[in-house]
Amino acid sequence: MNAVLDPIAALGRAVLGLVRQSGALAMFALEGLSHLVRPPFYWRIFLSTLIETGFFSLPVVALTALFSGAVIALQSYVGFGQYHVQSAIAGIVVLAVTRELGPVLAGLMVAGRVGAAMSAQIGTMRVTDQIDALTTLSTNPMKYLVTPRLLAGTIALPCLVIVADVLGVLGGFTVSVAKLGFSPSTYITATLDSLKTMDVVVGLVKAAAFGFLIALLGCYHGYNSRGGAEGVGSATTAAVVGASILLLLFDYLLTDLFFSQ
Amino acid sequence: MSTPKIRIRGLSKAFGSKVVLDGIDLDVETGTSMVIIGGSGSGKSVLLRCILGLIEPDAGTIEIDGENVLTAPRGRQEILRRQIGMLFQNAALFDSMSVADNIAFGLRAKHSDRDGPVPSRSKARELAGGILQQVGLDPSVGQLSPSELSGGMQKRVGLARAIAGQPNILFFDEPTTGLDPIMGAVIDGLIVDCVQKLGSTAIAITHDMASAQRIGNQAAMLYQGKLVWQGLAADLMNSGNAMVDQFTHGRREGPITMELRK
Ligand SMILES: Nc1ncnc2c1ncn2[C@@H]1O[C@H](COP(=O)(O)OP(=O)(O)OP(=O)(O)O)[C@@H](O)[C@H]1O
Ligand SMILES: [Mg+2]
Repeated sequence: MNAVLDPIAALGRAVLGLVRQSGALAMFALEGLSHLVRPPFYWRIFLSTLIETGFFSLPVVALTALFSGAVIALQSYVGFGQYHVQSAIAGIVVLAVTRELGPVLAGLMVAGRVGAAMSAQIGTMRVTDQIDALTTLSTNPMKYLVTPRLLAGTIALPCLVIVADVLGVLGGFTVSVAKLGFSPSTYITATLDSLKTMDVVVGLVKAAAFGFLIALLGCYHGYNSRGGAEGVGSATTAAVVGASILLLLFDYLLTDLFFSQ
Repeated sequence: MSTPKIRIRGLSKAFGSKVVLDGIDLDVETGTSMVIIGGSGSGKSVLLRCILGLIEPDAGTIEIDGENVLTAPRGRQEILRRQIGMLFQNAALFDSMSVADNIAFGLRAKHSDRDGPVPSRSKARELAGGILQQVGLDPSVGQLSPSELSGGMQKRVGLARAIAGQPNILFFDEPTTGLDPIMGAVIDGLIVDCVQKLGSTAIAITHDMASAQRIGNQAAMLYQGKLVWQGLAADLMNSGNAMVDQFTHGRREGPITMELRK
């Protein structure tokens, strides 16, 4: 009956839902973090998540970085060719990789790999009563399942991004030298000239934030999943989509914070 | 009269508009085993979950050793509930761990109740072999992962994990469902042993009347959110209560109607 008010009401509901979700997510994050300072800390789960995230994601992240560095070099060459600024390519590659491509692409890859796995694993534990069983065995499930994963995600992603940075530059180098006919020494000198500590450090700070977000969303959606296998499936989707969107949002916010002055 | 180990008063719980528990009063004396019977979906598992703190009841009190766990400070709640070992209806084994590690987890988690240092992980794994034997499984089963076990074997491992820490209070949610009759009798014997040896107090949910009489000394029946009968387990088959009679003898005619549950 209310052609004007209905859409507004729907919008209002959507906004309220978003606020409620964000609030619940923030509370979940705070509770997870609060267990960092309250022993015991479950080192085994931390280490196995660290290895799973940091080590076993290496091939995916390495290939992604290598190819994107190569593509950036090629695209810049094609785009700038007519203006005779090929020498700037090394600088463009190193800037794009350390500031953006390294952290963002590694983050998205890890969200798909590790965020999904965390959510599926914890979600399955929820719907098969394993989380309740932890509680009855005097083990706080947040402390046991969530806290070690949050910490492992936060530490593993910057490590991956260091590798991604190196391989991204290597990808650009390979294309520039092998295909575009640059001299290797000129390319390396130009790369070192454009390499800024600040860029790398901010990239790693971003990576830490992304790693935390990926683990947080994976744990949150898994922990709150309901309704059998289907519930776990949709929790996993929500974890990956949510982590990817939040990651890009935080990428913008952090870039604005560090680079916009 | 001594304080009952578990004392429940006016316990109520609804999910949305569906009332599952509606003012339950129940006393379980120290050292007794209480069998709870009742139709599928009558709220038996919900009752245990409320006592365990996995579900927040809407109203009522739950006392363990005379202390209301619902209003106690959080640390105190944990201490009171630490005494309870639970066998879940679907066993709920940790599937990221081997069977032996599951039992070792139960052993180590509950250990602080008793004297001595917490056994090391490898020591606990060794002890797990002995506990597996107690529930009729070969110690070599310890190396398998829970997904490699049959349903009945999972149940037995769940039982092994629940009793590993020798808790003061034991909850069994359908301990013998899915087991063959002989194994069912073995598990019943084991439960009785545990309760007698440890002096534990037990609450067991079961649909199996033979098993109910083997395990329990007390019995209660849950129907439509209320306890409609309480008495001796030995009287289950001739309780003089029309509902219990219908239920225990499995008759279709009687006061319990097979209305469609919402
Ligand atoms: N977390 C929950 N959310 C909503 N409803 C629930 C929840 N847990 C249980 N219920 C409902 O409560 C009722 C009682 O469930 P409960 O699991 O206690 O049954 P039960 O007596 O153990 O049955 P069974 O013998 O089949 O195991 C059911 O109708 C169920 O749908
Ligand atoms: Mg049940």
